[in-house]
Amino acid sequence: MDWSKFFKMGGYALYVWGSYGVTFVLLAGEVLMLLKRKRNLAKRAAPQPISSESRLNTSLQGVQ
Amino acid sequence: MSNRRINWYKYAAPANFYPLAGKMIPLFGVPAAILFILGMYVGFFVAPTDFQQGESYRILFIHVPAAWMGMFLYVLMAIYAGIGWAFNARLASMMAQAIAPTGAIFTFLALVTGSLWGRPAWGVWWVWDARLTSTLILMFLYIGFISLQSSIDDVRRADRAGAVLALVGVINVPIIYFSVQWWNSLHQGATISKNSFKMAPSMAAAMFLLLGACWLYSIAVVLARVRYIIREREQEAPWMAEAAV
Repeated sequence: MDWSKFFKMGGYALYVWGSYGVTFVLLAGEVLMLLKRKRNLAKRAAPQPISSESRLNTSLQGVQ
Repeated sequence: MSNRRINWYKYAAPANFYPLAGKMIPLFGVPAAILFILGMYVGFFVAPTDFQQGESYRILFIHVPAAWMGMFLYVLMAIYAGIGWAFNARLASMMAQAIAPTGAIFTFLALVTGSLWGRPAWGVWWVWDARLTSTLILMFLYIGFISLQSSIDDVRRADRAGAVLALVGVINVPIIYFSVQWWNSLHQGATISKNSFKMAPSMAAAMFLLLGACWLYSIAVVLARVRYIIREREQEAPWMAEAAV
């Protein structure tokens, strides 16, 4: 297989690779942003242990 | 599943849907990646060169799925927004909110890849014809939906306002779809229609593999996003304290 011919795309390299490049960048970017959100949430969630009082409230709400 | 009857309404409650959605993300995300690789392989190594357009036609494999996803996701978003409004179902409104960014991305991709294809095929990056213009309007509808929702502080009011916009905007989807029949256009006609199939089987295979990949990707990403939206909106709920990230 002739790779340099493949990458030239018959003279349409800019258009073809541009299309797939922008697709890849945007979709990967969306996934990365969601993962970043997950990390932020985990960081915020970690230092708050559930107090016994809030547990009590929770169980009372279940009864009502 | 030991229990034969599944109570579907159970999963309309964010507290029950949240862990289920978390488990489903890899079930859609992993096959999405596999189909994406397969589609790229078939598209670039199996599908032959087009006799008219040369290699530039290979943009089709991603352009058509992106355009379809933009339209499908809009209709889906409007349905969820409508259900959320009509039945006062919080989760449905959250789904609509979760779909919007992904739909906007695919619509943007349809416009950009279309432009990159239009330049070699038509000699111009952009023309103000019916299909291109109505697709641009679709992207503005997504952006409008997102900014309208984020501009209203009361979430349920934001959901209702978004639902009105989404439902009114649905009229644009059939306009995009039929635009190539209703008006003279530079844009080529439907690639796939009932009476004609204008592609070599390997070309169609590449396109449908990438379409499948885009669908699965969208489901995975929307599920991930809806979990963050549930987290944000249900912060005060007691179950949230014990839910895993």
